[in-house]
Amino acid sequence: MARKPTTAAKTTVTLLAWGIGLLIFFPILWTVLMSFHSEGDAIKSPWDMLTSVWSFESYAEVQTRSNYALHFFNSVVISVGSTLLALAIAIPAAWAMAFVPGRRTKDLLMWMLSTKMMPAVGVLIPMYLGFKNMGLLDSRLGLVAVMTLINLPIVVWMLYTYFKEIPGEILEAARMDGASLRSEIIYVLTPMALPGIASTLLLNVILAWNEAFWTLQLTTHDAAPLTQFIASYSSPEGLFYAKLSAASTMAIAPILILGWFSQKQLVRGLTFGAVK
Amino acid sequence: MATQHSRMAARLMVAPSVGLLFVWMIVPLVTTIYFSFLIYNQLYPDRQGWAGFDNYYYFLTDRSFMEAIWNSIVLVGGVLIVTVIGGILLALLLNMPFWGQGIVRIMVIAPFFVMPTVSALVWKNMFMNPVNGMFAHIAKGLGLEPFDFLGHAPMASIIGIVSWEWLPFATLILLTALQSLDSEQQEAAEMDGAGRLSRFIYLTLPHLTRAITVVILIQTIFLLSIYAEIAVTTNGGPGTATTTITYQVALQSLYDNDVGGASAGGIVAVILANIVAVFVMRMIGKNLDA
Repeated sequence: MARKPTTAAKTTVTLLAWGIGLLIFFPILWTVLMSFHSEGDAIKSPWDMLTSVWSFESYAEVQTRSNYALHFFNSVVISVGSTLLALAIAIPAAWAMAFVPGRRTKDLLMWMLSTKMMPAVGVLIPMYLGFKNMGLLDSRLGLVAVMTLINLPIVVWMLYTYFKEIPGEILEAARMDGASLRSEIIYVLTPMALPGIASTLLLNVILAWNEAFWTLQLTTHDAAPLTQFIASYSSPEGLFYAKLSAASTMAIAPILILGWFSQKQLVRGLTFGAVK
Repeated sequence: MATQHSRMAARLMVAPSVGLLFVWMIVPLVTTIYFSFLIYNQLYPDRQGWAGFDNYYYFLTDRSFMEAIWNSIVLVGGVLIVTVIGGILLALLLNMPFWGQGIVRIMVIAPFFVMPTVSALVWKNMFMNPVNGMFAHIAKGLGLEPFDFLGHAPMASIIGIVSWEWLPFATLILLTALQSLDSEQQEAAEMDGAGRLSRFIYLTLPHLTRAITVVILIQTIFLLSIYAEIAVTTNGGPGTATTTITYQVALQSLYDNDVGGASAGGIVAVILANIVAVFVMRMIGKNLDA
């Protein structure tokens, strides 16, 4: 911008932006605040709650009543496991499509994307019955498999858009200098591809962590990740606001932190490179 | 460049992804289509056989089907209107210079990272509950009657919750697009005497068209399969006020055990989603060439 905004204008914009920002963030902030109060205080009026005694009891209670740690562990296994598996399958594919594109590469990419457009209810019934027959209902293994397949198209696409930006000339230069395919991959390609792989990993852990269709349909308790565990609060007994707040805070905190790191990649990943 | 040898290697490298996705897409889909032509209710295992198009007939002529379609349209349309208009306004604001941009950006993006069951339950209980919710406390403080949001305006409430989750996405994408706007062009227009509004209509908005299209298309894909937000707040009710196509099919298969009927519903949902998908694919495909 050539023109500097006046201080008055900047102050107005600052106030407005902070006001709206706080308003949007408020439900999260409020949940965190509520988690540090007792059940009795949580249903008081907002001001009375804030000025009541702060405590950690809700956090302890969530664990003792329901084995929160198990569901947290399930979420980690399912989101990280499925993402790593998807990466292992997708890296070679994205690599080949970016560096050795064939006539049909574009069609292939589009077809992969089209699998993502299929509504889950279209395949829910065979999946559910199949899982039931194979004894995979409510198992971590089954859920990791489903989540891997769900996110595979996005993983291939993200990696592809990153790999495509690695200039081919560099590879040729390395080859001219006598680098073998092995050293080409280790010393030239890998360092250049790592940032792309890291962002893909991050975004997919987030998507898998928050996935709330298959996790709700295919798990009940043993393999239930946090999405399913939190859903159990929809038919609670007695007072539960503080416990719900504590469970929610713990469920969203890790992903909120990861998410803030991945803001920049988010746009690219979720629009399949259509907006950068 | 690419030798016969490397082409072969490339094919091998692509094969696992393609194979898995092919199986994942075709096997269940074909099974669903097969089920959709069967008389198959798990509660009545002795009644079996071909149903022909009966399942489709019952699903499509059921009054609740039209309601579910309508509810899906209202939900998706409502959320799109709120998030696109809100997203444009918010992106324009955040694109202006102000103090603490980084922090405000983080606060605005945050809801997108909250898992659907958490956002739905937090809104339902801590805010919209007519007795203990924040809105009820505020209403009482102002001397007004507390409003039962999910009881009396269930669809509007769900649209509100889902919009809160997706506003950050729209804002982030539109903001990214705004940042690539040519500022010299803006200045030239300003020098020629174009006002703020006409600069927005004739320069900014056309520049944003592409990003707006992307937001609409991608959100539509995700919004069509909204499930958790409905399941933990209203359960599709009161009555069928918030039962969408996705929710109806899940309900029919898992609770009514009507596999045949639910399968037909699932296929109808697939066809509807494909109509949207065609536009999305065309959009992204165009970009792949550029």
